[in-house]
Amino acid sequence: MSENKPAPAKKPAMSIEKAQKARRKFLHSAGLTGAVIGLSLLGYIPVTSAKTPRLRPPGALNESDFLSSCIKCGQCVQVCPVQAIKLGDLKDGFGVGVPHIDAREQACDFSCDAVQCILACPTGSLTYKKPGFLNIREGALLAAAPILKAKEKDAEPTLNLKERIGVARLARPESCLAVQGKGFKGEARSGSFKGKMRYMDVDRWKPIPVREHPYDVPLCDLCVRECPVKDAIALKPVKGADGVERMTPVVLEPCVGCGVCEMICPAEPAAIVIDAQATWKEA
Amino acid sequence: MSRFTDLFMGMLGAAPKKPKKISERVQKIMFLKYEDKDRYIKEKLHARAHHDVSHKWRNRRWAVLIATNLLFVLSFWLDIQLLEGSLTASRFAGFHLIDLNSALQIMLAHKHIIVNLFIGTFTVFLLWVLLGGRTFCSWVCPYHLVSELTEKLHLMLVDRKIVTDHEFHRGTRTVFWALFALLAIVTGYTVFETLSPTGILSRALIYGPGLALGWVGLLLLFEVFYSRRAWCRYICPIGLTYGAVGSISPLQITYHVEHCFHEGDCRKVCLVPHVLEVTVKGRASDETMGLGPDCTRCGLCVDVCPTGALRFEVKGLSKLL
Ligand code: SF4
Ligand code: SF4
Ligand code: SF4
Ligand code: SF4
Repeated sequence: MSENKPAPAKKPAMSIEKAQKARRKFLHSAGLTGAVIGLSLLGYIPVTSAKTPRLRPPGALNESDFLSSCIKCGQCVQVCPVQAIKLGDLKDGFGVGVPHIDAREQACDFSCDAVQCILACPTGSLTYKKPGFLNIREGALLAAAPILKAKEKDAEPTLNLKERIGVARLARPESCLAVQGKGFKGEARSGSFKGKMRYMDVDRWKPIPVREHPYDVPLCDLCVRECPVKDAIALKPVKGADGVERMTPVVLEPCVGCGVCEMICPAEPAAIVIDAQATWKEA
Repeated sequence: MSRFTDLFMGMLGAAPKKPKKISERVQKIMFLKYEDKDRYIKEKLHARAHHDVSHKWRNRRWAVLIATNLLFVLSFWLDIQLLEGSLTASRFAGFHLIDLNSALQIMLAHKHIIVNLFIGTFTVFLLWVLLGGRTFCSWVCPYHLVSELTEKLHLMLVDRKIVTDHEFHRGTRTVFWALFALLAIVTGYTVFETLSPTGILSRALIYGPGLALGWVGLLLLFEVFYSRRAWCRYICPIGLTYGAVGSISPLQITYHVEHCFHEGDCRKVCLVPHVLEVTVKGRASDETMGLGPDCTRCGLCVDVCPTGALRFEVKGLSKLL
C-alpha cells in the first residue's frame, strides 16, 4: 500500500485489557471451531463401523462414491410410486439424508416402469451409465439389460439398468415353505403390513397394498411368482438329505437385487433375503 | 483498497475501518446536523414519536420463507410436483435448482461434475446474483426463521441478566468455510452436510422428522443460552458462499446519512451488525452507501429505522427514477 502518513502514531498500543479480551475471543473461537469440526467428524463412526451394507436405490454408484456425490435432496424419494426409498438419519453419520431401501418393509418392484429414481437424481449418484473413471465392481454388471415381466408385451421390455444393487440369497432354507413342500394360503405378510406392490392383473399403473392380494398356492413360489425381473429366480428340484426330492428357489444371474422376494416371503423372518451391494458369483 | 474489497474483507471477518476520506457533501451534512444541537434533538424526538414500529418487511419475509418451504412440502405431500426435492437440490417446474454450497461440497468430495448439477448451480447462481446472495438466508432458510424466533428468548434472558451473550471472532466463519471445503476434499465425504441445520430442517419438513432434529435443538439451545445467532454469525458456510455471490448484486439496502440520527437501533436488531457500521457517526464517506455483502436483506433495520435512512434499493435504478 502506498501510504505515507505516520501510521504508528495514529494507532495507540492496545491496552492490556483489550489485548486480553481479544485473546479470550480468539481462544473461544478456536474452541468453537474445534468442537464443531470434532462433532462433524463423528459422522465417520457409523460409516466405518457399519456391519451390514445398505441396499441403495437402483443405479447407485459404489458406496463411497454414492455417499460423496449424493446431494441429499430426496428427489429419488419423491418419484418412487411405492415409496421404497427412505433417507438416512443422523445415526448414519455422513449418510444422513442419503437414500436407502429397506426391502423387507418396502421393496423396489419397478412399479415406475422406468427406474424413475435414476432419472430424478440431479447429481449422477443414481445413474444409468457410470462415467468412465468410476470402476465397476466385478459381478456388479448385469450380463444383459433386465427384462421387466410387467413390460414383456411392450415394444421395449427391458429396464435401463446396468448394475445390480444386490443379490438375493436363500438365507434360511429350513424355513422356506417350498423346501418343506408346503403351499401357502392367505396374506403374504401380517395384516398390519404396509408394503405395496404392483399386480399387473389388478392394475398396471397403481400399486396396491400387499395385504389386499391374498394367495392360495399348492406349493409356495411367491418369490418366484412376484419377482419383477424375468428369469432372475426359479423353483428347481433338489434332493434333500433324506433322499426326498423337494423344490427350492434358486437365484439366477439376472437378479438385480430389488428385494421383492424378501418383501413377499411369507416366512417370518424371510427365508430369502437380499445381500445389499453384493455381486454375482457363479455358484 | 477499494470500498468493495473493504466490505468483502469485512464479510470474511476483518474489523470495519474508519473511512479515509469523507466527501464534502457528507461533511456538510454532518455539520448542518450538529450546528443547532437543540433543533437536532427535537427533530430526533419528533421522528421517533411518529415512528410506529413497523413489521412490514419482516412480515413479507416470513410469508415468503414459509410459502417457499410450504411449497416444497405440499409438492410432495399433495403430489403437485411443482417444487420437487429439498433445499439442497430441487426442481422447479422441471428446472434444476441446486444449492451452491451443497454443489461445492459435492464437487470437492466427489471430484467430478455432471451436467445437471452444473445447470442447476448456474440457475441458482443467477437467481441469487440478482436478488442478493444472503437473501437466501433470511428469505428462504428455515433455520433462519427458527433461530430468529429463539433469538427473542435469548434477548429476553440477556435483558434479565440471566445469560450473557458471548461473541466469537467473525473470521471464524471464514475458517469454517475453508475447513469444511478441505474436509470434503480430504475425506471424500460431504462432512458439512452432516451438521447443516438448513438441510436437516428442510428434509425434516418434507420427509418427516428424525433424530437429526436433536442436533438442531442443541444448536438452538447454544444460541439461547450462550451466543446470539451463533450458527449464522460464526459458522454457517452457506451464508458465506451466498454472501460472496451476492456481493455483486444490484439489490441492496442503502444507507442515507442525511436522515440518520446515529442512534443505532438498526444495529441492535441486525444479525450481522458489522454491515451497519456506516451508521455510526463519522463512518459514512458518501451521502448514500450500499451495505456490505454480508447483509441478509432481512429488512429488520429498514423496519426499525424511524427516519427512513435505510431502504431497499436497486443499484442504479433509484437514480433513474
Ligand atoms: S426403480 Fe424402484 S425404487 Fe426406483 S422409483 Fe422405480 S420403483 Fe421406486
Ligand atoms: S436424487 Fe440423487 S442426490 Fe438426491 S437424494 Fe436421491 S440419490 Fe441423492
Ligand atoms: S416366498 Fe419365501 S417361503 Fe416361499 S418359496 Fe420363496 S423363499 Fe420360500
Ligand atoms: S442490515 Fe438490515 S437487512 Fe441487512 S442483515 Fe442487518 S437488519 Fe437485515
